[in-house]
Amino acid sequence: MSAADLPPASANWTARQVARAKPLVFLLALYPALRWVWLGFNDGLGANPAEFLIRSSGLWALVALLLTLAVTPLRRIIRQPALVRLRRMLGLFAFFYTVMHLLGWAFWERGWSLASMWEDVLQRTFITVGMIAFVPMAALACTSTRGWIRRMGHCWQALHRSVYAVAALSVWHFWLVRAGKNDFFEPYAYGAVLAMLLLIRVGYFIRQRRAR
Amino acid sequence: PALPAAPNPEYWLSNKQTSEKDVSSYNNFYEFGTGKTDPLEYAAKMQTSPWTVSVEGEAARPRSFDIDDLRKLAGLEERIYRLRCVEAWSMVIPWTGYSLAALLKQVEPTSKAKYVEFVTVVQPGNMPGLGDRIIDWPYVEGLRIDEAMHPLTMLVFGVYGKTLPNQNGAPVRVAIPWKYGFKSGKSLVKIRLVEKMPVTSWVKIAPREYGFYANVNPGVPHPRWSQATERRIGDGFFAPRVDTLMFNGYADQVASLYAGMDLGKNY
Repeated sequence: MSAADLPPASANWTARQVARAKPLVFLLALYPALRWVWLGFNDGLGANPAEFLIRSSGLWALVALLLTLAVTPLRRIIRQPALVRLRRMLGLFAFFYTVMHLLGWAFWERGWSLASMWEDVLQRTFITVGMIAFVPMAALACTSTRGWIRRMGHCWQALHRSVYAVAALSVWHFWLVRAGKNDFFEPYAYGAVLAMLLLIRVGYFIRQRRAR
Repeated sequence: PALPAAPNPEYWLSNKQTSEKDVSSYNNFYEFGTGKTDPLEYAAKMQTSPWTVSVEGEAARPRSFDIDDLRKLAGLEERIYRLRCVEAWSMVIPWTGYSLAALLKQVEPTSKAKYVEFVTVVQPGNMPGLGDRIIDWPYVEGLRIDEAMHPLTMLVFGVYGKTLPNQNGAPVRVAIPWKYGFKSGKSLVKIRLVEKMPVTSWVKIAPREYGFYANVNPGVPHPRWSQATERRIGDGFFAPRVDTLMFNGYADQVASLYAGMDLGKNY
């Protein structure tokens, strides 16, 4: 991209302008959940609604997580740093869909039995990996408030870098779900998007180093 | 079209039957795609007429059967069977057909016929899933000869009193109710009597996950999920899972086939 393509500095959106778009982003991020409700009332969840909802929530959790990770590269590329104002909401939506995914598993697969859930976590690699991804994600969601950012200081950023591990584990979890069926197109596609989002960061980091 | 048949009270269940809609819209038939609704969406293009089934291999009188002759080979019966998928869901389905043994006896299996192999049709151009290369097409399944001759093993031409919809394996398939659903090959074009255990499609892909026998067994978990319980399709949103029964509830009829076998190893 040449300097001439970039918007002038005066075109930068203010934090307040970005905040005004938040309700719209909120509604868009709610679309999957609203769609479930609509399908539920219109006989649209298919013959196996439990399976549909568990898979759908898992997929949307991953999509929301990747969108969260896309905010930083996007704000650099289009030179709109204020976009960071949308990041927490997207991250919390990723957490919301993950919780739905987890509750779906806990209820429809394990019948709310803690013993049976624990057994599943210990016995099956893909459940183990999913659960390992969930633990730091829950911590990130809990510490996402302004108060926690202030209280944790430098530690906050260190902790929140674990989102990269959460994303990698999530893609691995998805891959393991499909293992044994030789049907890897989707996990690979999501993995490729994640790799791209991480590589952009690496590239940016290296350039910053050189510039110093 | 309608396919009239006499109900066979010996193979009748009082369980609530799965709705015709669910039976014909929630299918695994990877030739049309891996999604559960792909078969319904894409199977209409499959050509099911004319159709012949070749019964060959270790037989004194191997021959091909035209589908119309095959339908008249023995009296059509309606039987209600449980279907348990290896993915831990289940249905209750009224099939129309007759025991596979009736067909096999026609070709007179020799003493070398230890196994039976079922081969599903491959129609490039009519089956979008063939491009996926998940399975080394054609789809192959198999049974031991005593399993194939067992009266429960059914050659199926219809469901709900009508000829089979394409997505359910038209024009002819098998149903083996005490085994996981993937054993019941659909849209068959070849039935081979063979001496050696056939290398079936899923065993070839993931031998640790899918065995040749694939008997329904709550005590032997799949590596990625438990087989102790199942979700009965159509039971409703908040319905609890139901316990999976040994041999899918057909233990009285079939357990003796496996006397002395370690079913944990021969899963």
